[in-house]
Amino acid sequence: MIGLTHYLVVAAILFAMGVMGLIANRKNLIIMLMAIELILLAVNLNLVAFSAYLHDLVGQVFAMFVLTVAAGEAAIGLAILVIYFRGRGTISVDDPSRMKG
Amino acid sequence: MIQAIAFYLFAAMVILSGALTITSRNPVHSVLWLILAFFNAAGLMLLVGAEFIAMLLVIVYVGAVAVLFLFVVMMLDVDFATMRAGFARYAVIGLAFAVALAAEIVIAIGAWSAGGLKLDQRIAPMPVDNTSNIQAIGNLLYSRYLYVFEGAGLVLLVAMIGAIVLTHRARGGVKGQKISRQVARRPQDATRNTRPAVGQGVEL
Repeated sequence: MIGLTHYLVVAAILFAMGVMGLIANRKNLIIMLMAIELILLAVNLNLVAFSAYLHDLVGQVFAMFVLTVAAGEAAIGLAILVIYFRGRGTISVDDPSRMKG
Repeated sequence: MIQAIAFYLFAAMVILSGALTITSRNPVHSVLWLILAFFNAAGLMLLVGAEFIAMLLVIVYVGAVAVLFLFVVMMLDVDFATMRAGFARYAVIGLAFAVALAAEIVIAIGAWSAGGLKLDQRIAPMPVDNTSNIQAIGNLLYSRYLYVFEGAGLVLLVAMIGAIVLTHRARGGVKGQKISRQVARRPQDATRNTRPAVGQGVEL
């Protein structure tokens, strides 16, 4: 029988995978943003699983807010990526301190 | 039985496509795997009855965020072959880190399911009558969480304005329409009546 633990383990694996993508793809900012999306997806999965387990709707409401923040973050992140690429011709994050000022 | 099969199918697919998202050579393939991961996560959420969040995931993530990613990946003219440099070296560190993290979380889940905490204080219990999931969320969202909901809208507005301000650039030599000047133009300014002599024409 499928219980809460199954969902939590799936979300944990997905979360760790997102963290690994964040560390491993140091040269490619786009994949790093996608890894952040994976992390937020894992968090949403956790929230929804607990919401169903506790019969409490607040988890689903907060999953919606996480979704909102994820959408805003993707938009801003991709905008920064575009101007970063326009200025430098690369999307590597080896030298991010150039972005200041 | 069918629930277990569906769960294992969705869970395996979401993990597989997540792994392929971060290891794909081509970022376009990465985005497509990400879309598959979102679809399968929506399936997982559907299995526990969170139909509204599942729909939202498909509409917002697949319909907007993933398409935005795809758009940017295709717009940037990057040589993606050189981006892979150092992947193997970082992947070892990342894998070690991720395995440690996942193991910790799984141990924590095991400890929790062995009965560590009491979590029975519900803030908004799910309705017991046959109110649908969407209706119940709507009742909650527009009453108790109204201000948070407005705040979420504000976050999206700020993100939209920020993205536009960041990426907008004024290009020279582009012919555009100036609506205010068009509207402000009056017939008296634009035309004149003359009374030319016959056979002489008009000088403009």
